[in-house]
Amino acid sequence: MNKIDTRGMSCPQPVLMTKKALDKHPEGVAIIVDNNTAKRNVERFLKSSGYTTKITEDGEDFILEAKK
Amino acid sequence: MKGKKGIILAGVAVGLISVILGYYGNPGNMGYCIACFLRDIAGALGLHRAGVVQYIRPEIIGLVLGAFLISLKNKEFESRGGSAPFMRFMLGMVVMIGALVFLGCPLRMVLRISAGDLNAIVGLAGFLAGILVGVRFLNKGFNLKRNYKMPKIEGYIFPAVNVGWFILLVTAPAFIFFSESGPGSQAAPILMSLAAGLIVGVLAQKTRLCMVGGSRDMMLFKDNYLLLGFVSIIVVSFIGNISLGFFNLGFEGQPVAHTDGLWNFLGMAVVGWGSVLLGGCPLRQLILSGEGNTDSVVSVMGMIVGAAIAHNFGLASSPAGATLNGQIAVIIIFVFLGIVSYFNSEDLVKTKI
Repeated sequence: MNKIDTRGMSCPQPVLMTKKALDKHPEGVAIIVDNNTAKRNVERFLKSSGYTTKITEDGEDFILEAKK
Repeated sequence: MKGKKGIILAGVAVGLISVILGYYGNPGNMGYCIACFLRDIAGALGLHRAGVVQYIRPEIIGLVLGAFLISLKNKEFESRGGSAPFMRFMLGMVVMIGALVFLGCPLRMVLRISAGDLNAIVGLAGFLAGILVGVRFLNKGFNLKRNYKMPKIEGYIFPAVNVGWFILLVTAPAFIFFSESGPGSQAAPILMSLAAGLIVGVLAQKTRLCMVGGSRDMMLFKDNYLLLGFVSIIVVSFIGNISLGFFNLGFEGQPVAHTDGLWNFLGMAVVGWGSVLLGGCPLRQLILSGEGNTDSVVSVMGMIVGAAIAHNFGLASSPAGATLNGQIAVIIIFVFLGIVSYFNSEDLVKTKI
């Protein structure tokens, strides 16, 4: 699965990066985020774009796996 | 506060409290105005000497401390910084100058609309145009690079500064300026204003309420979450203004406003464009400052310096209209925003930034 790293980016960048990545790889991507705001925003975007999201904690970060 | 209820509730609270603050003494249609209040603080500290707009506004202190305390409680407080600090400082400065040409930040623009001030509708048109330009650059890869974790103490300093401001307000030493007439002398009681800031600081931190984010996210992602906050402020303060007799439809004779349409439009266009580049409106920058985001603190510092410059150089408008200096400044700012937008957009500048 393609991975994108949005750590340190402030909103709306994580969502924009997710959108770009999904345009390239519509089958799904994994997104690393490092704060709650980005996690919630990306999660909401994925939901409204019709993806299911699996969230795992990785130390201080979160990994969101989006699949159709 | 998951889902859309929270953001609507936050908007309702802002709308309601704004009207109450106006009723108890804040200047007209200025329950909250982040730009005006930071400008008043700049004046109180003596950074500018416009005698009618000098006061340490407790609303600002409350907003920062409210966001600080709730983010500590929810373990969302995190010291971060290092994302293009000087660019953000300059962007904060120009956003403030644009706001003072219009006479209000996006939040006050919304409050002016809800009180029937049609000049603010012209401002809204400019605001949306500015956001649209900013969004085009976001789609071309605009960003200000990542931030980094900072030592905890870095994020504590700005909330501590706000406590210091509160002490200066209460003790009123001779070196702090307080307006004796004009908008700076009009204020709700200190504790009420502080509470108004704290409540909204908490709600805005939890919901990420942002006046520029609503329109931006609609344009970018067709996401209406933040826009719901924006709209509920208008609806509730509109009802409040009608019931208290503050509603006055028209262009002429509006409180702390001018009727110069072109410069209302262009002033808010600067605010919309600049705020998109910063990632949030002045209110949002304050809230982030309370959460430990020192890039936002730097933006707020830029706003305070911008306010001082705006009054020292005669850039700020008055009810008589925009000044020539202010008009020249806005044109220079558009050139500046164009350069900043272009050179930070990764798809436009192919070489590694």
